[in-house]
Amino acid sequence: MDMTRRRALATSAAIAASVNLPHMAFAQETPRRGGTMTVHFATEQRILNPSLQASTGVYIVGGKIQEPLVDLDGAGNPAPCLAESWESTPDGMTITFRLRRGVTWHDGRPFTSADVQFTAMEMWKKILNYGTALQQFLDAVETPDAHTAVFRYSRPMPLNLLLRALPDLGYVSAKHIYEGTDIRQNPANTAPMGTGPFRFVQYERGQFIIAERNPTYWRENLPYLDRIVWRVITDRSAAAAQMEAGQVLYSPFSSLALADLSRLGRDPRFEVTTRGNQGNARTNTLEFNHRNPILADIRVRRAIAHAMNIPFFIENFLGDYAKLGTGPIPSTSPDFYPTGMPQYGFDRALANRMLDEAGHRRGAGGVRFTLRLNPAPWGEDIALFTTFIQQSLQEVGIRVEIVRLDAAGFLRTVYNDWNFDLATGWHQYRNDPAVSTTVWYRSGSPRGAPWTNQFGVVDAELDTIIDGAATELDPTRRKARYEDFVRRANTELPIWMPIEQIFLSAINRRLRNHSNMPRWGSSSWHDLWLAS
Amino acid sequence: MRVLALAGRRLAASLPSLLIILVGMFLLLQLAPGDTVDALIAQMGGGGDAAVVAELRAFYGLDISVAAQLGNYLWRLVRLDLGFSAIYGKPVSTVIMERLPATLLLMSASLSFAFFFGLLFGVIAARRVNRWPDTVISTLGLVFYATPSFWFGLMAIVLFSVHLQWLPAGGMESIGAGLTGFARLADIASHFVLPTLTLGLIFLAIYLRIMRASMLEVLTLDFVRTARAKGLDETRIITRHVLRNAMLPMVTLIGLQAGTMLGGSVVVESVFSLPGLGRLAYEAVVQRDLNTLLGIVFISALLVILVNFLVDLVYAQLDPRIAKGDG
Repeated sequence: MDMTRRRALATSAAIAASVNLPHMAFAQETPRRGGTMTVHFATEQRILNPSLQASTGVYIVGGKIQEPLVDLDGAGNPAPCLAESWESTPDGMTITFRLRRGVTWHDGRPFTSADVQFTAMEMWKKILNYGTALQQFLDAVETPDAHTAVFRYSRPMPLNLLLRALPDLGYVSAKHIYEGTDIRQNPANTAPMGTGPFRFVQYERGQFIIAERNPTYWRENLPYLDRIVWRVITDRSAAAAQMEAGQVLYSPFSSLALADLSRLGRDPRFEVTTRGNQGNARTNTLEFNHRNPILADIRVRRAIAHAMNIPFFIENFLGDYAKLGTGPIPSTSPDFYPTGMPQYGFDRALANRMLDEAGHRRGAGGVRFTLRLNPAPWGEDIALFTTFIQQSLQEVGIRVEIVRLDAAGFLRTVYNDWNFDLATGWHQYRNDPAVSTTVWYRSGSPRGAPWTNQFGVVDAELDTIIDGAATELDPTRRKARYEDFVRRANTELPIWMPIEQIFLSAINRRLRNHSNMPRWGSSSWHDLWLAS
Repeated sequence: MRVLALAGRRLAASLPSLLIILVGMFLLLQLAPGDTVDALIAQMGGGGDAAVVAELRAFYGLDISVAAQLGNYLWRLVRLDLGFSAIYGKPVSTVIMERLPATLLLMSASLSFAFFFGLLFGVIAARRVNRWPDTVISTLGLVFYATPSFWFGLMAIVLFSVHLQWLPAGGMESIGAGLTGFARLADIASHFVLPTLTLGLIFLAIYLRIMRASMLEVLTLDFVRTARAKGLDETRIITRHVLRNAMLPMVTLIGLQAGTMLGGSVVVESVFSLPGLGRLAYEAVVQRDLNTLLGIVFISALLVILVNFLVDLVYAQLDPRIAKGDG
């Protein structure tokens, strides 16, 4: 039984490992022009403008129509897009972007520094999620000429942090479309207009979105594709069937069932890979409510971590697409990933001993105490992990009651009402720990802000490390500070992040030049083409 | 004129229940933790700061008390304004009108399919009662009835779309094909074949069982014996005498089921990616979009009233005694 399961997993590993080889062979081919790219669009969004909402559900559409100042290259380093070059003053208070010339909006008007100024001040700083925190110390954007934008900060902004954040949080919108309107209700929010390789054509709610080739795109003779069609498919099995029927060529961000993904991975017509999603790493979380005196005791939190055999869970339920997590910074982030951090290996006897020492003796039926566990409703892996937590903790005498809620209910109950003992979901890592990682640990987050420290954790030392790292300009010292951060986080264990995952793409092998950069699903697809 | 008066009376009698349904639905959704801003933040993946969140609550009209929200809603409803959809950023009436065609098409196609074949197979089964055609039809009916529709739909897609490639796997029509006239009709029809069968087969099973039972009952009545004694041939007895009387329970059932199906079928719409009311309602609940959900309830309720009214008219046609009784 175990052998066959192992063999099945080994097969999928071999497929995942081999994906680079055919890709290299394709590089010799001459790109073919034309064709329609079809994309699985699993959850419809209220808006499609990435200057106003930072999420993969928006980038998958808006990222082809609008463009950011800075993008990533194949190796994951910042690369010019709408900005051609940039520089920072030594004090980190002023960052200057030189903008690309000869770029026009889809309506023919020229792209200028005024657009950057308007977007930065009115959208990134005021509305864009994560943008508001990133740009909170942005005082002004000056436009000495039409192709220069000077960002002035009141607190030092590390250039590396800004450049790493801008591929996601630096999409530019047209000033002449939004100026003087109610930005939230602007019709361009669902009919986006940008400078990108594809022009918006039509959005039929509940059915599809169409964009067509932008003939005046600034990258000459690009894009190759004539059209992109996003098909709204909410049922995951139906989406897998549409991939097989050839009606859909690409299903992004782990939108299919795990069983279908491994089945498609064995099919020579498709490729199932984490490649192209390295920029969207996430860790599974176990969140403790420290207001519960049982969980405020570090011995109990550590015992819970020791009680779970994470490698067993990964091997048997998630396969090769997940790996053992080592802390809040995932291994996909080489610039910050620290090694040799404190870890909690599986040791049930130790867990039992620690719980005894904490004064929680086994009572009737071998139960020490009962905890409520709120799982986030997204992701099949979370549902599996929830059951695994329940069963693992039962073995050490902790009874777990699972409280299942939908998305709105989960967020409200856990992060606003604090009405939980344990919660489990995802922490999304966004290329730099300062964007969306340290907020899980820093005290003083306003009540109700999800995916931030709503756990009643106040650790002065952790706060000091986090604040120091956020304004540290020297890259080497910044990395050292984040190493201190992970060491402290893993020692005190206010939240546990035991599993590391990257989103999976399912891709039809007719597609060429796909997955060639770490945020490919979100990127503009200007060089994507379709073999006949 | 009499028909209109009857319609008006029906509508007036339905108003109190409509009000109770709407208010009940509104209050029920208040019990669900989280509001539409929480749902939006879940979609965004966090990172919204407190000021922005407060601004969003005000934008969606959630910064006032529940009673005031309900009052506002009812007052708008009196002026026949269904409000603004939080998810779609458009008036609810527009959103519903966009979704209605797919639902009506799917519903009328699968109901007609189920009604016609239910009638046919019910009659055949009744005429060959307890012989092999009856056994085959009844067994198949039971199988269709017991099969979950999502499974049936998915298997149909796997067979007809993935392997045989005869029919499209989902959607309402070929996207951007630029078809017009008859070609477009044929294209839409091909997209609706599988969903219609999936939804229709379950109802078919119910209709054929009702029809069979009803036929068997009517066949034993005295007037049938009289007709036979007159020397009429069997086909004429079935079509002229039995069928008309046996149809009454079928018409009752279609009235009831039209109501259920107007709410749309979440499962079939999801599996076949059709933009119907069922999926819209589901999404409205998940996203806590009160206006949209109440709008769907309101429209569906109106349509149910309408369908039941039509059913009453059909009753009168089938059996004149009913119309007299209604007087």
